Amino acid sequence: MIRALPGVAAALAVAGLTLGTLVVVALRAEGVARLGPGDWAAIRFTLVQAALSAGLSVALAIPVARALARRRFAGRGVLITLLGAPFILPVIVAVLGLLAIFGRNGALSSVLGWFGLPPVQVYGFHGVILAHVFLNLPLATRLILQGWLAIPAERFRLAATLGLAPRDVRRLLERPMLRSVVPGAALVIFLICTTSFAVALTLGGGPRATTVELAIYQAFTLEFDLGKAALLSLVQVAICACAAVIALGAAVPAGFGAGLDRMIARWDAPRGWRRLADGAIIAAAAAFLLLPILAVIADGLMALGGLPAGVWKAAGRSVLVALTAAALALALALPLALLIQRAGRFGGLIEPVAYLSIATSPLVIGTGLFILLFPVANPVALALPVTAVVNAAMSLPFVLRALMPALRDAEAAHGRLADSLGMTGWARLRYLLLPRLRRPAGFALGLSAALSMGDLGVVALFADPAQATLPLALYQLMGAYRMDDAAGAAVLLLGLSLGLFWVFDRGGRLNAAA
Amino acid sequence: MLRLENVTLCQGTFTLRAELEVPSGAVVAVIGPSGAGKSTLLSVIAGFLAPISGRVTWDGEDLTRLPPGARPVSVIFQDNNLFPHLSVFQNVALGIRPSMRLSREEEARVRAMLARVGLDGLENRRPAQLSGGQQSRVALARIAVAGRPVALLDEPFAALGPALRHEMLALVAELAAETGLTVLIVTHDPEDARRIAQRTILVADGIAAPPVDTAALFTDPPPALRAYLGT
Repeated sequence: MIRALPGVAAALAVAGLTLGTLVVVALRAEGVARLGPGDWAAIRFTLVQAALSAGLSVALAIPVARALARRRFAGRGVLITLLGAPFILPVIVAVLGLLAIFGRNGALSSVLGWFGLPPVQVYGFHGVILAHVFLNLPLATRLILQGWLAIPAERFRLAATLGLAPRDVRRLLERPMLRSVVPGAALVIFLICTTSFAVALTLGGGPRATTVELAIYQAFTLEFDLGKAALLSLVQVAICACAAVIALGAAVPAGFGAGLDRMIARWDAPRGWRRLADGAIIAAAAAFLLLPILAVIADGLMALGGLPAGVWKAAGRSVLVALTAAALALALALPLALLIQRAGRFGGLIEPVAYLSIATSPLVIGTGLFILLFPVANPVALALPVTAVVNAAMSLPFVLRALMPALRDAEAAHGRLADSLGMTGWARLRYLLLPRLRRPAGFALGLSAALSMGDLGVVALFADPAQATLPLALYQLMGAYRMDDAAGAAVLLLGLSLGLFWVFDRGGRLNAAA
Repeated sequence: MLRLENVTLCQGTFTLRAELEVPSGAVVAVIGPSGAGKSTLLSVIAGFLAPISGRVTWDGEDLTRLPPGARPVSVIFQDNNLFPHLSVFQNVALGIRPSMRLSREEEARVRAMLARVGLDGLENRRPAQLSGGQQSRVALARIAVAGRPVALLDEPFAALGPALRHEMLALVAELAAETGLTVLIVTHDPEDARRIAQRTILVADGIAAPPVDTAALFTDPPPALRAYLGT
C-alpha cells in the first residue's frame, strides 16, 4: 500500500486553492447591486461570444472533419498532429498571428487594398470571435474526427456494397454520430471561451467586447476596486461552474488523444465535385490555421536578434515560472493519483477535487490570493510564485488525466505480483509505479510547462512591468506598437513553449522500457 | 505443513469449500475443469481473497488475516510475473527484499541462483529481451531465493510449447527438491500432473478435495474428473 497522507495533503492544497480562494472572494464581494450596466454587458458578452465561438467552431469543424475522415493525402498525419498543437500554442502568439493576417496592416487588408477596398478591422466583437474560432476549431475538428473514426469500418463497407448515396450515408451513419459528439464538443469550447482573458484583453475591450475575466482585471488595475473584482469573480465562477457541470455530463476530451491519424478505408467516399470540395475545405482550414502562425514566424525570425534585453530577461523568468508550475502540478497530481487509485471505489469521490480548477478561473484564484496576501505581503513581489501556483492548478486536471490510466494499468498488470512480494510504500513507488508512469509524466510535465509558459492571465493582475513574464512583455510591446519586437518575442515564446513540451515529452520516452 | 481448515469462500453465486493438508516439501498438482475454482483456491492461500469462514495455516501459524506480502508464500501467475522495466537481476532481487537493498552475500545468492537456472550473463537484460522460457526461469529463480517455503504456481507455463513446458516442470521439481519448497501447481494437463506431482488436488463441484495419489486418481477418476478428461 501507498501511504494516504501525501495525497490527502495534495487534495487539501488543491481544494484550498480553488474553494478557499472562492470563500475569500465571497467574503470580500459586495452586493449584486454594485453591478453596473457595464458589468451586465460583460456578462452578456461573455455568454454570447462563448456560445457564438462554440457554435461557429463546431459548424466549421464538421466539414473539415468529414473531409479528413474520408480522404487520404500526403501530409494528412502531419496536419492531424498539428491540430493538437493549439493546445500548447500561447494565446498571445495566436493573436499576433491573426493581426498579421487580418489586422489593419495585415495581409488580407493589403490584398483588399489592391482592389481599392478599405482595410479590415480585427479589434472588437468579431475579432474576439475570430480568435476563439482560430484557437478552438482544431479541438472541435479533433473531437468530431474522433467520432467519425469511431464508426466501425464495416458500416461504411456495408454502405458501399449497398450503393448508398452520400445523402443516405449522412442520414444513416453520420448524423447519429454527430448528434452524440457535437453537443459535447460545443460545450467544452463554450466552457473554454467563458474564461477567455488574453484574447479579450488584446482584441476586445470597450463596452461591446469585455468578458467577465477582463472586467475583473479592469476592476483591479484601473479602478483598484477589490470589492467589485470579488463580486465579478463570483459571477465568473457561477458561469464556469454551470458550464462545467453541464459539460461534465457530455464527453470531455482527453487532451491530445492519440491514434487519430489512423485511416479507415472508405469505399463509399464520393468522387467528382465532392472530392474537389473536400480538398478545398482541407486546404482552406489548413491555410486559416497555419498562415497566421507562419506570418508571425516570418516576421519574428528577423527581429529575434535585435530583441531588447528586457525581453530575454522576461523569457528567463517565464522559463523559471513554467518549470516551477510543471513541477508543482506533478507534485500535486502524483500523490492525488495514488490516493485515488488506493481509494478504489471511493476514488471517484476524490477525483473531482482535481477538476475544481476547471469550474473556477485563473483570475478568480488570483483575486482570492491577492485579497489573502495583500494585508501580509506585497502581492507584486509575489507575482511570479503566485503565477506558478495558479498555472499548476490550471494544468492539474490534464496532468491527472495523463497519469491515471497508466497508474491503473500498472496496478492491474503487476499489482498482485507486487502485493505477493510485499512491495509497499517507497519500494512499490520506486520499482513499480514510477517506472510505469514515466511516459505520461513526461507528457504531463511538458504540457503544464508549455501551458504555463504561454499563459497571460493572473500575471497581468500582479506583476509590475519590470517583473513581466514573456507573454506579458509581449503584450506590452504590442501595446507600444513595437510590432517587430513583438513578433520577435512571439517567435521566442512559441519556440520556448514547444521546446519545453518537446524536451519533457521526449525525456519521458527516452530509455523507457516497454 | 499447509492446512486449509474448513475454508469456505464465495464469489457472487460461486462457492468453494476446502478441507485439506499439504505436507511440507510436497509438490502437489491442482487439477479440475475450467471455472471450478483452481485459481480461486490459490488466491485464498496467497491472500488475495478472504474466505468467509475457516482458516489457512502454515506450520500451525494462522495466515488468514495476513496480507499477501506477509505470508510465507510466493506466487507465479499465468502472466505478468516480471516487471518489464527492471533488469533480470532486479526482478530476482525483489524476491529477497522489496527495497532491493541487498547485502553482498545476498547479491551473491541472486547471482548463484541465476547461474543455477541457466541465466548466467543475462543479469542486466530486460524481460522483453528474453525468450518465454528464460522469463519463466527468472520467475522461478525469484521464488527460489525468496526463502518463502510455499510456492503457488497458477498455470505458469501455459504459454510455452510442450517441450519447453516439460523442461520447466523438471526445473520446478529440481528446485523444490533442492530448497525444500512446498509447491502447489495448477495445470489442466494430466500429463503435467503425472510428471511432477506425486499427489493431486481435484477441484470440482465446489469442493477442493484433499490431495490423493496422482497415478491412482487418473487410473480410476471420479465422475467429475472423468467428465473433464472425456474418458
